[in-house]
Amino acid sequence: MRSPWSTTVPVLTRRRFLAATAVTGAAAIGATAIGWEEIAGSAGDLDPDAGVLVVVTLYGGNDGLNTVIPAGDDVYQRSRPELAYRSDEVLDLGDGLGFNPALRGLKGLYDDGSLAVVQGVGYPQPDHSHFRSMAIWQTANPTSPNGAGWLGRWLDATSDGSAADPLRALSTDPVLPPLLVGDRYAGSTIAAGALELPKGPLGNAVAALASPDLDDEDWRARTAASIGHLATLRRTTTAAMQRAGKDNPTGDLDRQLQLIAALIEARVPTRVYSASLGGFDTHADERRTQERLLGQLDTALAPFITRLEATDPGRQVVVMVHSEFGRRVKANGSDGTDHGTAGPVLLAGTPVTGGLTGQTPSLTDLDGGDLRSHVDFRDLYATLTENVLGAAPDQIVGGHPGRFDNVLA
Amino acid sequence: MPDRGALSERAVVRRLHDRLGLGATRQDLEQSILEGPDVTLTKLLTIDEPAPTNVPDPPQIRDLPADDPARKAQDQQRSDQERQAILWWLDRMATVKAPRAEKLTWFWHGHFATSNEKVRDVGLMLTQNQTFRAQGQDSVAKLAQAMVVDPALNIWLDNHTNRKFAPNENLGRELMELFTLGVGEYSESDVRQAARALTGWSYKDRALTFKKANFDDGPKTVLGSIAGLDSDSLVDLLTARPDSARFIATRLWNRLVSSDSPSEAELEQLTDAYGPGTSVRGLLRALATSAAFRDPTKTLVKQPVEWAVGLARAVGRPVGTLDDKDRATALNQLKALGQTPFRPPNVGGWPAGAPYITPTATVARVRFAAVLLTGGTLGSVDDPPSGTNARAEWARATLGVDAWSARTRAALSQVADPRQLLIVAAVSPEYVVSG
Repeated sequence: MRSPWSTTVPVLTRRRFLAATAVTGAAAIGATAIGWEEIAGSAGDLDPDAGVLVVVTLYGGNDGLNTVIPAGDDVYQRSRPELAYRSDEVLDLGDGLGFNPALRGLKGLYDDGSLAVVQGVGYPQPDHSHFRSMAIWQTANPTSPNGAGWLGRWLDATSDGSAADPLRALSTDPVLPPLLVGDRYAGSTIAAGALELPKGPLGNAVAALASPDLDDEDWRARTAASIGHLATLRRTTTAAMQRAGKDNPTGDLDRQLQLIAALIEARVPTRVYSASLGGFDTHADERRTQERLLGQLDTALAPFITRLEATDPGRQVVVMVHSEFGRRVKANGSDGTDHGTAGPVLLAGTPVTGGLTGQTPSLTDLDGGDLRSHVDFRDLYATLTENVLGAAPDQIVGGHPGRFDNVLA
Repeated sequence: MPDRGALSERAVVRRLHDRLGLGATRQDLEQSILEGPDVTLTKLLTIDEPAPTNVPDPPQIRDLPADDPARKAQDQQRSDQERQAILWWLDRMATVKAPRAEKLTWFWHGHFATSNEKVRDVGLMLTQNQTFRAQGQDSVAKLAQAMVVDPALNIWLDNHTNRKFAPNENLGRELMELFTLGVGEYSESDVRQAARALTGWSYKDRALTFKKANFDDGPKTVLGSIAGLDSDSLVDLLTARPDSARFIATRLWNRLVSSDSPSEAELEQLTDAYGPGTSVRGLLRALATSAAFRDPTKTLVKQPVEWAVGLARAVGRPVGTLDDKDRATALNQLKALGQTPFRPPNVGGWPAGAPYITPTATVARVRFAAVLLTGGTLGSVDDPPSGTNARAEWARATLGVDAWSARTRAALSQVADPRQLLIVAAVSPEYVVSG
């Protein structure tokens, strides 16, 4: 696979870094030590015992049945004859299931045991609106998906006003997803260009607004601090952005994940990253569209996981891939499918025990034409909160005692 | 530390314009300061702008099939319609002399938060917007009654598919949780029973019609009382509850006074003023005359739209007067800040505070201010004086800030160009936060 340089990144602890600079100066570490000179003075490095969560959101409702495909099931073949994949087309996962042929890289990870497929994930009384169902997934609140995002609640519960706060949750989307918005704290975006102030006196004057002032009450003080955090973010991410830009990304998600990989390898103290890929609303001409999109997911995600496995901080990472819902079992009249319910969630990374888990929904015991979900995504979130973020799930996704200890020890 | 006793009279007047209005020009603010807080409040509450005569009337678009070759042009037309509606409203907010009705229209948009993302017809969003403007100034009960039969809200919350034998609880639930009572003040059974009272409405051609055959006319038990409720009487029942008065009063308090909730004593004053008539103006007067309203610590982060409109008002330059490219840039910055009119993130409306105080929010504000303040004429801005201190004072007066901190004064001294000075002033903590 790609990214030969990942193996040449010196995996430095802070102590080794400081020792190295004391003897030879920062420049001697070499060009591959991305951003170290910049980062060292800003926010401290990633705790080597801390897990890092990368959430990849597939917007539009990815068709789970044509992602993890029950190709050997006659009901599947009969329900969507124009869309169905034959058994000899899919990439065999066992149990009568196979990956979409576009997911070759992920199949390799599955075979290596670093990718888990959680089948049939959803929530009670599924909503068929993109908007509301995505809000439900992002807030982890199906009855009232209107408040803080679940990772925003994690920020609220664990932020301490320290200099590292603005780096704790980063999104590569230009608009901050509700996922990362809490009641008191919010994540930051690091989309290309979003951190650049004008050059010259104007930018310098704006930057000077970051100074604390005794006249500031709480909100004003936080506004000033946020302007200071801009410089921290820019210092921290610029080198990684330049590095990622040189790797000729194959698409938008690839570009996002390469940036995230570079930040992780630089031991930026970020614990949560959010990336996304859109366009999965395949009401028509589904096979071609979905294969193209799953291909983009595959060419971005598989090298990302491989690259992470090669470094110490990379081995602290767990990636979760989800969509707001799956699609209906039966095809519609336009060679596509309409909004459905349960779908597979992918988990990948060194801490993940690969394989098939969850419960594959029945194709005959349907709920008004929709798959029945047997796995509540909030159990999965609670597991990630506890095992990856090391936080108590109570204030973040309380009341969901189910755990996926077989996947994430 | 500065004196935290009480705001000066000048600052109270400025706060009245910030909180009950959308910010004022230097000339209007100075006039109000001469008149004092009482007159300023009375004027804000009683003067009504004439109803708009230039509301866009976009033609209804019927979706072509996804694979139709003309579909792309149709999608473009749909997004053009939405952009025109957004610009129209932003510019109305930026240009009205009496802004209270627009401030409340903005508040109600975030309260009965409906998104064109699902409605997909900005004509319906504008109809709802007009209802907020016309019905949102007096009785909350009447406004809520208009909302439960508002086409956009019905599509948004699926109530046009709510039938006697196939109930949909979406509107029933949100009506209690987010619009009238607040979470925890009702049971799941109340939601189901309320949903039955809301049955019978169908949507076609931009109108809701009531079909008796689809209406569940049996008795319903909501919050302990049994009656043959329909949409109207359900809303009457809910808005007459003491819980509803407390809920509405707290929502407005949180947006106009402080993100801290009111004390029991304060809440009682507010709900007394709101009264059985569910009076919006009574509630506003009580908010504005509360001791908390004069408390310097009751600051609020301006929401992005309030900040942008306030800046446009202060300098006399509505976004609609910019060229196409700069307008697009301006709207993109609101999007980056997480607040595009007619597109709230969910039915709970926009969050407050924290999400607008992020590092990248300042970048978006600088970009917005730069397109608004570069080139063209600034209708309400006096010629800048010369001299660093005089210029900082001119920027302060232009934007209606109470006072600059030493930090901001130092930052302002770094730019010589008057337009750039206003950009720095506009993104300063003193202007981003309503003091």
